Amino acid sequence: MLQFVFRRITQVIPILLGVTLVTFALVQIMPGSIADMLVPPSAPQSLKDEINRIYGLDRSLFEQYFLWLGQLLTGNLGVSLVSSRPVAGELFAAMLNTLQITLISAVIGFGLGILFGAISALNAGKWPDRLFTFVSIAGVSVPHYWLAILMVTIFSVQFNLLPAQGMGPAGFPTTWEQWRPMIMPIFTLSLIPMGVVGRLVRASVLEVLSQEFVQALGAKGLRDRQVRMHVAKNAAPAVLAVMGLQFGYLLGGSILVETVFNWPGTGKLLNQAIFTNDMPIIQATVLVLSIMFVLVNLAVDVAQAAIDPRMRR
Amino acid sequence: MTDFSNTPVVDVEDLSVTFQREGNSIRAVNGISFSLRRGEVLTVIGESGSGKSVMLRTVLGLIPSYARIGGKVQVKGVDIAGLNAEQRSAMRGRDVSMIFQEPATAFDPVYTVGEQIAETIVRHEGTSQITAMARAKDLLDLVAIPSAERRLKNFPHEMSGGMRQRAMIALALACNPSVLLADEPTTALDATVQIQLLVLLRKLQRELDMALIFVTHDMGVAAEISDRVAVMYAGRFVETGTVEDVLLAPTHPYTRGLLSSTVHAGMRGQTLQTITGSPPDLRRLPKGCSFAPRCTQAMDACRLDSPMARQVGGNHMAACLRVGELATA
Repeated sequence: MLQFVFRRITQVIPILLGVTLVTFALVQIMPGSIADMLVPPSAPQSLKDEINRIYGLDRSLFEQYFLWLGQLLTGNLGVSLVSSRPVAGELFAAMLNTLQITLISAVIGFGLGILFGAISALNAGKWPDRLFTFVSIAGVSVPHYWLAILMVTIFSVQFNLLPAQGMGPAGFPTTWEQWRPMIMPIFTLSLIPMGVVGRLVRASVLEVLSQEFVQALGAKGLRDRQVRMHVAKNAAPAVLAVMGLQFGYLLGGSILVETVFNWPGTGKLLNQAIFTNDMPIIQATVLVLSIMFVLVNLAVDVAQAAIDPRMRR
Repeated sequence: MTDFSNTPVVDVEDLSVTFQREGNSIRAVNGISFSLRRGEVLTVIGESGSGKSVMLRTVLGLIPSYARIGGKVQVKGVDIAGLNAEQRSAMRGRDVSMIFQEPATAFDPVYTVGEQIAETIVRHEGTSQITAMARAKDLLDLVAIPSAERRLKNFPHEMSGGMRQRAMIALALACNPSVLLADEPTTALDATVQIQLLVLLRKLQRELDMALIFVTHDMGVAAEISDRVAVMYAGRFVETGTVEDVLLAPTHPYTRGLLSSTVHAGMRGQTLQTITGSPPDLRRLPKGCSFAPRCTQAMDACRLDSPMARQVGGNHMAACLRVGELATA
């Protein structure tokens, strides 16, 4: 098992390098240059050259990449072109805000998904199955931003129950003032994971139930509750894989929801940076989100192998 | 005090099982009776779909709830129809246990073999996990698995087919059952491993004085293991008797057909005899003898009523109207 973990970690290193390469290339492909951003087009060429020299843009791409990589390893993600503050600080604050709603959404979405999926599978074809199938498909199909706007119209504009935008006082959410603005973003974000996980849990549990060993467990006299434990452990690896992917999508995919609710997280940060052409922010945000995606999936792989010994090879 | 030594541990009387689903009723078992004492072996021979497995699962009380069960199944003198779900599950694995056909799929792949054996012991005897594991090791020794201590920690996929089936036997024996059901336990194995397992199973059955119901479609296996043989066709026993009676002096046309379609040495160059046609649709069983449509000896009377079992001699019975003529033929 330890050997497996070690091997998986060594496999992740080239992937992470690839991620840095792609994010670096992304910025090279983007139109416009930093000099065009910082000074008017009419500025003298000597000034633009000076800016390029400061940002190291006069060097070869090869040198630029390794300089940038070296800075990354020391935790220096550059300076925002718009606010002139270090990117690392802004990104860290935004990341905390994003994690606040995505973690809670994941817990709620995955929890309900597992519950609904399991109930569906154990009652396949009966009314609870049909109900939860409908709920799951609706959850996956409804567009995020449309639902977000609809909820704002109903709960904020019509009934004035919940704030349409923004975030409560900063810090770990303990008070109602902090929770109130989170309700709608969390609801919106948790729908898709709930639907996807619900469908998958149903399918995996039914698949496991159809295997002969489930009958064999009954034949040796195990109680239903004990048999269900076996079924859950067998269905878990497939479900974990999808939960890992869904969590990754949540981190990156909160852009629309954060924009609609004006939630100061990475999604909103990225959205603003794209509109203002703030390349260091874009680059760093994409990079950090991608790394988190890779790490979440690494964690899932390890968890899967811990559950199912056949995956340790 | 009741003397149990002479009372049957399994007593099945006119058992029938009908699956009712979506307007169809599938009659898988149609009136089977037999009884078995400790230490006896009954082999049930039949083609796929003859109802062998359904019969075994009914004795185990492991049949879907939409099945309609008729007749009576008694295990150790207790009618299983009168048991609730908890009592039934408490009986499984303790009084009656089962060896499955495919050891590769009958073990849970994500638990070690030791855990799966110990789990059964803990369930039925309430021992500690440590005691149960020690018992599991003894059981692996009993079924002659080498380095049992290490094998306990193996996952099913880390064992060979033959060893997995030995482990499956160990699991079935975990709580000293009085009745062992074996559903084609050697079909999935190599011929050499097959014979080792049969010998082992026979030895354990005698030593532990269990009643064994052994289901197979292999005549050779049946001859090797059994005292008594029952030939099953379309949910009925068409011929029953000792191994010698049934395999050496078959009377029912179906048994004869089965035996003549078995391949053995010295048949090179001969055309293999087969039974023409296929087993009847269990949703629409023929009115008379179920085998009549495929039978070369069938008369008009065969198509009227399902024939009762008739004595051929001693305990040798055959459900055929022409028993008298055919036995001597």
